[in-house]
Amino acid sequence: MMSATQPALFWSFLRIGLLGFGGGPAMIPLIRAEVVTRHGWVDDEEFADILAIGNTLPGPIATKIPGYIGYRVGGITGCANAVLAIILPMILAMILLLGLLDHYRDVDWIHGMGQGVIPVVMIMMAQLAWDFWHKSRLSLGAMTTMVMMIVSGSFIYWLGIHPGLVVGALLAAALLRPTASGKGVS
Amino acid sequence: MIYWHLFLAFFIPNIIGYGGGPAIIPLIEAEVVGRYGWMSGQEFAETLALGNSLPSPIATKMAGQVGFEVAGIGGAVAAVLATVVPSLLLMLGALGVLYRYRNSPRVKRMSQWVRPVIAVMMVWLAWSFFSEGVDSAGILHTGVIGTSAAIALLCFRVHPAFVVAGAVIYGGLFLG
Repeated sequence: MMSATQPALFWSFLRIGLLGFGGGPAMIPLIRAEVVTRHGWVDDEEFADILAIGNTLPGPIATKIPGYIGYRVGGITGCANAVLAIILPMILAMILLLGLLDHYRDVDWIHGMGQGVIPVVMIMMAQLAWDFWHKSRLSLGAMTTMVMMIVSGSFIYWLGIHPGLVVGALLAAALLRPTASGKGVS
Repeated sequence: MIYWHLFLAFFIPNIIGYGGGPAIIPLIEAEVVGRYGWMSGQEFAETLALGNSLPSPIATKMAGQVGFEVAGIGGAVAAVLATVVPSLLLMLGALGVLYRYRNSPRVKRMSQWVRPVIAVMMVWLAWSFFSEGVDSAGILHTGVIGTSAAIALLCFRVHPAFVVAGAVIYGGLFLG
């Protein structure tokens, strides 16, 4: 297992964090380019395994992989170093930009700017909803997906059950129910 | 106390955050806007618009920004830690076990079974942004911005940052 210097880790993951548009999954090729191709901290096969393992866990993939690789080639400091390098710059940018927007919110045209984005995020959410519907239709089928949407939707929005409970129950069911095929690790 | 609430508000969505990165957006909205009321729908829309325009994961940007707005530096730290640390510790600690389960059909099923719920929450969120837009800017402007954003994003695959920039300019000129 190669070991890496902290500056190398920092610059690599800083670059990834600044170029990684489109969220976690879109950043994986960038991470691979740095970690496997450029620095050779892990080889291809290991990276595929690390990615597969990362996908078994919840939460953002683009902090788990850097954190894990940072740990393996740079210890605890390497882990913190890689994660901070990838997330910190844009957190500061968000705080700064939205702070400015908030500070001058009473100025008319700035207030107008904030209003302008609402229809855009509406479309973004509708697009995401369509993507999730489409993926679910392919894996579970349209009928099952529709039924699950109606049932879970009524639990959350009609009966007021906390969405975390509904999602948690589904995750537990998916994990615990024995797999039909029974082969492999069941 | 507020740090604990912030930690929980970002721990829960992320610990059940299966189904893909954007899946946690409605879960975070349910906490930050719905349950704790730290943010209005308008502010959450702004956070989401900017978040989708900037690089690096949306989850940590939202955590840092919301945490900071609610309780300053400490709040940002609590929210980001809640987002990053639990799953990272699990990965570091349970590597052997996870390695055996990495291709297990059960794990694939977790993401599959969660998607319908997340899809419903996204539809609801899209709807609430629609009504927010109509209330604040009126049906006409919402329609104009919404349709052009849809055409730009869906037909021409324009990068979200430019679509948001366009909407911001439009808003500055006409919605002020």
